[in-house]
Amino acid sequence: MIDNKKFVAIVQATAKRIEDEKDFLTELDNAIGDGDHGINLARGFAAVEKKLPELAEKDLGAILKGIGMALVSNVGGASGPLYGTAYMKAGAALKGKTEMTPEDFAAAFDAAIGGVQMRGKAHEGEKTMLDAQMPACKAYKEALAAGKDMKAAVHEAVEAARKGVEYTKTILATKGRASYLGERSIGHQDPGATSSLMILEEFEKAL
Amino acid sequence: MVGIVIVSHSQRLAEGVVEIAKMMAPEARIAAAGGLEDGTAGTSFDRILAACEAVDAGDGVAVLMDMGSAVMTTEMVVEALEDHAVRMLDAPLVEGAVLAAVEAQAGTSLDGIEAKIHEARDVKKLA
Ligand SMILES: Nc1ncnc2c1ncn2[C@@H]1O[C@H](COP(=O)(O)OP(=O)(O)O)[C@@H](O)[C@H]1O
Ligand SMILES: [Mg+2]
Repeated sequence: MIDNKKFVAIVQATAKRIEDEKDFLTELDNAIGDGDHGINLARGFAAVEKKLPELAEKDLGAILKGIGMALVSNVGGASGPLYGTAYMKAGAALKGKTEMTPEDFAAAFDAAIGGVQMRGKAHEGEKTMLDAQMPACKAYKEALAAGKDMKAAVHEAVEAARKGVEYTKTILATKGRASYLGERSIGHQDPGATSSLMILEEFEKAL
Repeated sequence: MVGIVIVSHSQRLAEGVVEIAKMMAPEARIAAAGGLEDGTAGTSFDRILAACEAVDAGDGVAVLMDMGSAVMTTEMVVEALEDHAVRMLDAPLVEGAVLAAVEAQAGTSLDGIEAKIHEARDVKKLA
């Protein structure tokens, strides 16, 4: 079970992780994009961090919505509306709740992915953040169904996301900026899939 | 008069497109929403939102975008501005902006501008 206090701590850890990995994410985006993914997300999560004190006492739905809005307003690249919509949709799924059960997390994760797809019109296999998120969500739900607890299920999700990031190295980008590179995008891992993996890793560490 | 907003990752590109559109439609209500607040490249939700509010005189707003996050961020502005008629138009940025500005200045409605833009989408530069 994750309450709003714990969730705020997770978001703080996520913001720190993104700041620490800023150069790495930017480097990945240099290879197949415009070299700003780390800069974009660090700016976005810095704004989220600044907003957390006023969100901390609210329910999980409101916290997630606030995070999403801060990301949309401050990221400046495609990952802004994408992660922004993801957090806002997750917030809508957890509206009014002050605690998140393992099943709640599955519902929020599903809603977040639905948001990314609604906004970006991408599918699995197009070398985007979805290639980390979708296998992770599937693995999480399968682990729960197999009777595992939340910690173990999130671990499965992280492993699946890691495989998803590796998989993005082997495929061609057909959505986002990297799609302008065509075949030349093969061999590089997707920056957005990588940041999605990091977000999940921070979640796992906190459990 | 319908308002027009030009969304780009680059402030200079957005302002340049406005400049070109104003050559033929100096009275048009058209605003640039390019780049981020700190002057770097990107698309700013707040800038797009402010531009849409600034040019809306009650007849709605037509928005033209460059690519990627410009489209997605504008989509979120449209969702946030429920009580304004803000519509994204799918057209080449420069040609679309000139056409929309000329039509808007002539008093064409938002629906009319959208129809014109769609008609003009297949026009070839090298016929
Ligand atoms: N249509 C899309 N659907 C899902 N994810 C996308 C889409 N377009 C881009 N992305 C993700 O966004 C990442 C790039 O983010 P960022 O560099 O912040 O934005 P930009 O491409 O505007 O510079 C990509 O690595 C990819 O994972
Ligand atoms: Mg980028």
